[in-house]
Amino acid sequence: MDSNKGIFGLFGSILRNFVLFLYALFVLFPLIWMVILSLKPDEHMVTTTFIFSPTLENFRAVFGQEGFLRSLWNNLVVSSLAVGLSLVVGVPAAYALGRYQFKGREEIAFTFLSFRFVPEILIIIPLYLIYQKLGLIESVSGLVWVYQLISLPLLIWILRGFFEDISPDIEGAAQLDGYSWWQVFFKILLPMVKPGIVAATLLGFILCWNSFTFALQLGGASMQTSTVSTTRFLASDTVHYGWVAAAALLSSLPGVILALLIQKHLVRGLSFGAVKG
Amino acid sequence: MSTASPTQPRANLSASGKKYARQKALRPYLVLAPSFLLTIGILIPFFVAIFYSFTDLTLRSPEYEMVGFKNFVDTFTNPDFWHSVGVTVRYAFFATAVEMVLGMFIALLLNHESAFSRFLRLILIFPLMIAPVIGALIWLLITNPTVGILRVPLGWIGLGDFRWSADPDWALFSLVIIDVWIYTPFVVILVLAGLRSLPKAPYEAALIDGGSAWFVYKNLTLPMLAPVLLIALVFRMMTSLQEFGIIFATTKGGPGDRTLSVAVASYNEAFPYYNLSGAIPMLLFLWFMIYVVCFILIGFWRKAQKAASGAV
Repeated sequence: MDSNKGIFGLFGSILRNFVLFLYALFVLFPLIWMVILSLKPDEHMVTTTFIFSPTLENFRAVFGQEGFLRSLWNNLVVSSLAVGLSLVVGVPAAYALGRYQFKGREEIAFTFLSFRFVPEILIIIPLYLIYQKLGLIESVSGLVWVYQLISLPLLIWILRGFFEDISPDIEGAAQLDGYSWWQVFFKILLPMVKPGIVAATLLGFILCWNSFTFALQLGGASMQTSTVSTTRFLASDTVHYGWVAAAALLSSLPGVILALLIQKHLVRGLSFGAVKG
Repeated sequence: MSTASPTQPRANLSASGKKYARQKALRPYLVLAPSFLLTIGILIPFFVAIFYSFTDLTLRSPEYEMVGFKNFVDTFTNPDFWHSVGVTVRYAFFATAVEMVLGMFIALLLNHESAFSRFLRLILIFPLMIAPVIGALIWLLITNPTVGILRVPLGWIGLGDFRWSADPDWALFSLVIIDVWIYTPFVVILVLAGLRSLPKAPYEAALIDGGSAWFVYKNLTLPMLAPVLLIALVFRMMTSLQEFGIIFATTKGGPGDRTLSVAVASYNEAFPYYNLSGAIPMLLFLWFMIYVVCFILIGFWRKAQKAASGAV
């Protein structure tokens, strides 16, 4: 809807684009500066701004740092497994919550959502002690389990909306044709909600990949993820800003790239299905 | 309980009789069971935490004694705790307020087709998809006094030595800017989606009646956007009240205790200071705050949704 056109005219469109340009600068400039610093040799770090001979030295140094590559790998493994587990238990749950009328439906759905109200540290404190007893501290399975709090509510709430969008008649018709419930679910419903599953899976992965607090305290030194290891570069005694920039760039790239793939569904995903984009 | 699938083909009912119907009534619970068991395992710690809050448990030894309400009394009579609550509320309030207003404004400007607005809609999601801690690091890089670039333009207006989060008076402001950088796009994309789903007819009617742009915005756009705005508000309040990463990566609560939010203060209490049981009342208070705020806002959202669908 372009209702502004007649009212503001040419002046309005210039003003609009100027304001948008300022906002674009605000969004992009920190990112551009990160890229610049990551390509800057150490000796030019302070003396130059934009003109320097770019180098990949910082990236080489970051990968050479003990544990950084490992932390990217850890993050990939933990986040993928977490989303995988959420898919296995969450897709049927989303179906039940989207499709059936049953006692306690809204309450159960809200319980899943309310996990997001609990401050992460409140979970971490007792979990830290429980994990120590169970031997889950600094382990893959420990993190995968706690990441369910991030990925499962997201997945259930997004997919619930997708299931609700399918007309119940389709299911009824298929059952009349003699399909069993399992066949209806796997052969007819799942293909129909596939876009939702892809979007929810990727977004769940991004949120797990980006999470920090759980990994900081429960991942410890041996299951460090890339968000944790990247912040360590700044904490060391002699800070190489080029390294910080290179590490920050590497650990943010996967999320940004995946997000571009699901741009269309991002609104629906980020609002847990409440806003249909 | 005879409730089951909304569409129950007649053929099934008569054929397999009651057993089939009962199976069907139980099915939603069976299907939900795995995900519930998985997350109940995580909810147990929540109740364990409440139990620990009545003990004197520390990280130093596994032994503890029951101390009643001591931790709660200690926490709620400690002015440092109320200072942290103040920091948390100010952080959440300013960040959310700026994000809502700026986000809505940018979305209204972006709601038209041009190459530039398409480009901006694309890059907008970058900050949102970067981990907040990493976003905070990126801001440390541009505000850094030696390698940061912002000191150059700030120097032109005589603010070359602005110290951002290291300045006690501007630390919270600096954190709010980072939060705004990361999360304004969230509001923008939600509002854009809301704008796109607005019905055309009321606008045409308003155009015929000769309503001013402001009149149309206030009486048409805003009420119809209310549900989307409230959802954005719920999510922004929920995350900003418990924000940990941005503050932890930038100031760790400093300088002094200027940016020591409840989340960061309780983390310090529990881990560096080993006082696990003492940290829990703070966190329960934070949880309660988030829960109440979201519960109220979700109530408004339900009302706004009804109003928006009924108003047109």
